[in-house]
Amino acid sequence: MIGFVIRRLISAVLVLFVISVAVVALFTYGPSDPAQAMCPEPKCTAERQDAIRDALNLDAPIQVQYAEYMSGIVNGRQIAFGSEAYDCDAPCFGVSFIYRVNVWDDIKDRIGPTVSVAVGAGATILLIGVPIGMFAARRRGSAADKAVIGATLVIESIPYYLFVLLAFLYLAAGAGIFPQEGYHPLTDSPLKWAWGLLLPWLALGLVNSSKYARFTRGSMIEAFNQDYVRTARSKGLAESRIVNKHALRAAVVPIVTIFGIDFGSLLTGTIFTELIFGIPGLGLRALNAVGQSDLPVIEATTLISALIIVITNLLVDLFYSVLDPRVRLG
Amino acid sequence: MTDLSKTPEATPAKGGAFLSVRDLKVHFTTSDGIVKATDGLSFDLERGKTLGIVGESGSGKSVSSSAIMGLHRGTNAMLSGEILLDGVDLLKVSNEDMRKRRGRDVAMIFQDPLSAMHPYYTVGNQIMEAYQVHNDVTKREARKRAIEMLDRVGIPQPDRRVDDYPHQFSGGMRQRAMIAMGLINNPSLLIADEPTTALDVTVQAQILDLLQDLQRDFDAAIIIITHDLGVVAEMADDVLVMYAGRAVEYGPGKEILTNPEMPYTWGLLSSVPDLTASTEAKLIPIRGNPPSLLNPPPGCPFEPRCDHTAKVGGDLCRTTLPDLTPANSGGSHVKRCHIKNADEVYEAEILPEIAPDLVED
Ligand SMILES: Nc1ncnc2c1ncn2[C@@H]1O[C@H](COP(=O)(O)OP(=O)(O)O)[C@@H](O)[C@H]1O
Ligand code: SF4
Ligand SMILES: [Mg+2]
Repeated sequence: MIGFVIRRLISAVLVLFVISVAVVALFTYGPSDPAQAMCPEPKCTAERQDAIRDALNLDAPIQVQYAEYMSGIVNGRQIAFGSEAYDCDAPCFGVSFIYRVNVWDDIKDRIGPTVSVAVGAGATILLIGVPIGMFAARRRGSAADKAVIGATLVIESIPYYLFVLLAFLYLAAGAGIFPQEGYHPLTDSPLKWAWGLLLPWLALGLVNSSKYARFTRGSMIEAFNQDYVRTARSKGLAESRIVNKHALRAAVVPIVTIFGIDFGSLLTGTIFTELIFGIPGLGLRALNAVGQSDLPVIEATTLISALIIVITNLLVDLFYSVLDPRVRLG
Repeated sequence: MTDLSKTPEATPAKGGAFLSVRDLKVHFTTSDGIVKATDGLSFDLERGKTLGIVGESGSGKSVSSSAIMGLHRGTNAMLSGEILLDGVDLLKVSNEDMRKRRGRDVAMIFQDPLSAMHPYYTVGNQIMEAYQVHNDVTKREARKRAIEMLDRVGIPQPDRRVDDYPHQFSGGMRQRAMIAMGLINNPSLLIADEPTTALDVTVQAQILDLLQDLQRDFDAAIIIITHDLGVVAEMADDVLVMYAGRAVEYGPGKEILTNPEMPYTWGLLSSVPDLTASTEAKLIPIRGNPPSLLNPPPGCPFEPRCDHTAKVGGDLCRTTLPDLTPANSGGSHVKRCHIKNADEVYEAEILPEIAPDLVED
């Protein structure tokens, strides 16, 4: 178990290292010229842009720039824009080209909303998808089973942003059942937090649960065909116990694995949800930053999203080892 | 007048046998047609006795024994006939009644103990569960009982090993644990479906010894399913040879092994290495493959593989399915073959081939 945890930790650190190098390299070698982005041509002369490049240390080798960026995250650093110098306190992810503020101060309050949307949607996906999949698996081949499969296919063929948009238009803006906008931090009021996010959760959860319903159904049917389910039946266990203890316990493992993979795309996929529901999240901020070529903000949102994804994957892996004693006990 | 008010539970079986299977049929409806996996099987078994069911893979042994456990309920299988256990027809009891009997009256252990145990629950948890479902006991009592059973089946340090997961047990220990699970409710019938096939030869012998030992203690009837006549020779009081879903020879074990009268049984005997311990004995596998159980042709199902059809007049073998008829050696020994003097053919042709040193001249 300890060996397994150490291996997973090392690989998580390696992944983060590769991503951070890529992010720093993107800044220097990317398609968008930082000097041009900071101060476009008519405003700044070519000489002025050269001076900016100089001040940003863009000609230094990548490892020097990488060390500078990382040290900024840990210790803070001074960032010079030509003649002006900004004190960027730790954790320093740079200074926004557009707003001239420490990027961290700009985005730190946006992590909560994004994670809230993703975690809530993830929970909703499982709460809707898994029971429906189990229901269909127990009745495999029946009309109810076929109806469930048909419904999941229909739902899945709707693009999810359309689904989210329709949910917003009809249930929030139109009927006014749900609040139109309103992200309240969890720490302010858990109730307001949940109520404000409920519709985005339901919309995202319902669209994505169709895949989980089918996946759960498949995993459960596979479990039903296992010898140990036959053993459970031979012991005289009731059908509900065979399904909910023996088969489900086995089916949960592949479901958790897939969920760990999907959670990353759920995080990035919240951009549209944030846009439509006006949730002040990371995705929305990144979208704006891309529009404005605000490179430090793009860098920071990319890095922080990567960090969140790596951490969730790590958690899923550890959870997986808890679920499977063959991994846990080696 | 007979007393009609008696419930089926109280009515003893006709022949009085503890387990009496009558004309059992298990047919599967598939998209290709009907698979007749078991087609008219009958046998009797008393408590404390062992029946060996032998046959190549695919002959319907597992399907037949699963029928006794009621494991075909809720599947596409169509069952008919009677399975009388202590006078009660298991094919007629309700699903809930059958569920309660499973593990309590009838228990089953399977070929591969690794896949037969849930990988994510401890051995103890799985054994306790088998006890708790039929007995109103606390967890603690169930655990104590599970440890007792593990001890009884020869697991060392059972109070510690009870918390192990199946993958931490060796193959032989897993099968011992499955036996502990099967016997924990003191069932009157234990079905062992190829219990040693997945194990090492040395472990096989230990498991068979254990089963015999436990049978004396628990006075259970045992059905042991195998494709190995060596296992049958060691364990079985009665032997039923199955081919293509039917009994082709049935009788006391000693009779079947020493005076077989059906060419398929001869073939099985010829392909067993250690039965006679003769060094000169030839090992001859049966040529060809078992027939499809889908739309079987009319005659004897063994006909395409049989070397003795010439001893039967005309094309009887190809056109007419032989009945189960009393063997020439007498007693309760029956066989399904058209050859009239099968006992003489065996003495003259088969015995010299497979056990030359047994033939006196
Ligand atoms: N659910 C099923 N549907 C169709 N055919 C089946 C089913 N289960 C078993 N069979 C067929 O029944 C035959 C007998 O199988 P089985 O009893 O497992 O043989 P054995 O245990 O003697 O090796 C095989 O040909 C198998 O393919
Ligand atoms: S009936 Fe004919 S084919 Fe069948 S076993 Fe006897 S001799 Fe062979
Ligand atoms: Mg079998």
